[in-house]
Amino acid sequence: MREGLRRVALEFCPKTGERLGMARSTLQDRYARIQKLGLQAANQLQAFVSADTERPLLKQLAEEVGEAAQDIAALLLSGTWRTPADEVDRRIAQLMQGQHLGEFGVDPFGYAPESLRVMVPILDFLHRVWFRAECFDLNRVPNGRVLLIANHSGQLPFDGAVIASAMLLEHEPPRMPRTMVEKFATALPGFGDLVYRSGSVTGLPDNCRRLLENDECVLVFPEGARGISKPFHERYRMTAFGHGFMRLALETHTPIVPIAVVGAEEQTINIFDFKLLAKILHTPSLAITPLMPFIGPLAMLPSPVKYRIYFGEPLTFEGDPNDDEAVIAPKVAVVRNAIQVMMERGLRERRGYFV
Amino acid sequence: MARKPSLVVITGVGGRLGQLLARRLHRQEGIQVAGIDRRAFPRKAADIEHLRIDIRRKAAEDLFRTRQVDVIFHLGVMHDPRQGSGEHHTWNIRGTQQILEFAHRYNVPKVVILSTGDVYGPAGDNPAFITEDAPLLGAQRFAALRDLIAVDMTAQSWFWKHPEIETVVLRPAHILGATHNAVSNYLRLQRIPVLMGFDPMMQVLHEEDAVTALLAAATPGVRGVFNIVGPDALPLRKLIEVAGKETLELPHVVLPTVVNRLFQMGFAEFPSAELDYLRYAATMDGSRAREVLRFRPEYGVRDAVSAALRRDIFDGAAENGSKALRQRAAAAAVI
Repeated sequence: MREGLRRVALEFCPKTGERLGMARSTLQDRYARIQKLGLQAANQLQAFVSADTERPLLKQLAEEVGEAAQDIAALLLSGTWRTPADEVDRRIAQLMQGQHLGEFGVDPFGYAPESLRVMVPILDFLHRVWFRAECFDLNRVPNGRVLLIANHSGQLPFDGAVIASAMLLEHEPPRMPRTMVEKFATALPGFGDLVYRSGSVTGLPDNCRRLLENDECVLVFPEGARGISKPFHERYRMTAFGHGFMRLALETHTPIVPIAVVGAEEQTINIFDFKLLAKILHTPSLAITPLMPFIGPLAMLPSPVKYRIYFGEPLTFEGDPNDDEAVIAPKVAVVRNAIQVMMERGLRERRGYFV
Repeated sequence: MARKPSLVVITGVGGRLGQLLARRLHRQEGIQVAGIDRRAFPRKAADIEHLRIDIRRKAAEDLFRTRQVDVIFHLGVMHDPRQGSGEHHTWNIRGTQQILEFAHRYNVPKVVILSTGDVYGPAGDNPAFITEDAPLLGAQRFAALRDLIAVDMTAQSWFWKHPEIETVVLRPAHILGATHNAVSNYLRLQRIPVLMGFDPMMQVLHEEDAVTALLAAATPGVRGVFNIVGPDALPLRKLIEVAGKETLELPHVVLPTVVNRLFQMGFAEFPSAELDYLRYAATMDGSRAREVLRFRPEYGVRDAVSAALRRDIFDGAAENGSKALRQRAAAAAVI
């Protein structure tokens, strides 16, 4: 055992070898061998990068990140990313008009439009600077009750935040989508203060029904946790859609606007789902990203990918909300396909992940 | 009208709500009030009868046997988890069973039972509007509540066992007033503990509104379960702000363990399960009471909070309406 350890030490740690009194010539030989191995590795890496002449991946990524960094720096320096204060006032005042707010400016779900004032700079930053989100056909979202149905990705729900900021800061008239969130998330701290106050509600059919009956704009990710926690190699492959949203749309006669978010899949790279730790932390999944060994939980933060958000034509469906799954499923498939088509268009149109 | 006065029996008349209800009822024409409670009824009006006995005793039955009772208000349910739990359990369940038996045996046409909104229990997956049909999960994490749920269920079973009796179950939101219930006590703390990063929606009810709801429930023809909610729901921190108190921000991760240990040793006032009330909402849908009972709360959140905070001046001010109350509370605050 001891002999074995000594041999390992000698092989890999020349300094220790010196201390252990090995012959200088042997040591020089060892140093040379290690140098040679290092050179070989470097050559191989270079070969790998340059051999891919079709799409020199690393080179392109480096260029893209450089371009994105320049864009972000320019935006930050110019200051144009902030929504002007009077514009924020107007939008929030408009939001409050149609709302049934109580004496304290809070609706029964805990939504307080006034408190969005604090969120606006954060949404501005995410939407305009970090993700440089580009929205296509945003004006397709009709007034009155509407269900926004989007694909879900990116490990953390920044896609929801960016759709919300598009509706709040760019759509006319401003709407704050009421996001249906996973039940498990209500156990996380910060939920009460921030998420509920900004209009999100616990993802229950009863809550959704009441919101739609109040003519609200409700944002649903029918893939739920399955969608957002996909591993990287399954990106842009939508998981199965839940059927609940369709039944509610049929029941409340609500038009559905399909939304495809392109770009969010690459913001956080999930190479491994740490199921055991997720179980301990009571979360549906826990993504391990390549950077996690180096920067820990910070690796969950998104990289500055570019978001492209495509809004589809509103779809209306008729039928019995309590029909068989077999009748509801084709209707859900229509929405899913609409998202699929827009997603493919987005993937064709984009130049890269970061630009 | 030379009608025989109707006899109203109030169990738990010595409690704050019992006293308020008795006072409000005895002022009405043609109503005779009889209270049953082991506790005293201070400053009782002379024409209110008070039997200082346990409802489980034989003597309580004599009241029903000898006279025709028209309405029973069953408020004699203990809500305090700090009481010995065995006694608590039998008192609540036996007592309720007994009262319902009396109603059946001596043809009482109407029974109003004061349950509690706590039967639903705070949980992350509660809908924002809990309706009367929702499952009663309050004891899921807070075992001390199981007898209150049993009381509620016993009363519900009377709907089908004895359809000739009009049974009404009221599930009020947190009642605030000059009383020692959990929420009123909580708001009386110097610095009010809250959990970092959580701010659930709360519903409060002024004690006078609770009495109004009880009276509305006694309307002939009304039966069933009703959630009784006060004015608009508001976030917990807003409620504390209204009370003019400062919050004490505590982390939710280690707190339950600490609180449980303190509770076991008798230092903490409440078990950790009650912390769920600071974490999750349990807001009820009050539309059924609004439509069927025509119940509308008269007091706002500010009135309810000052009712809990100004115990000493509250007694006289209750009937003078909320404006006078607010002025007195404001005056007291200045002093």
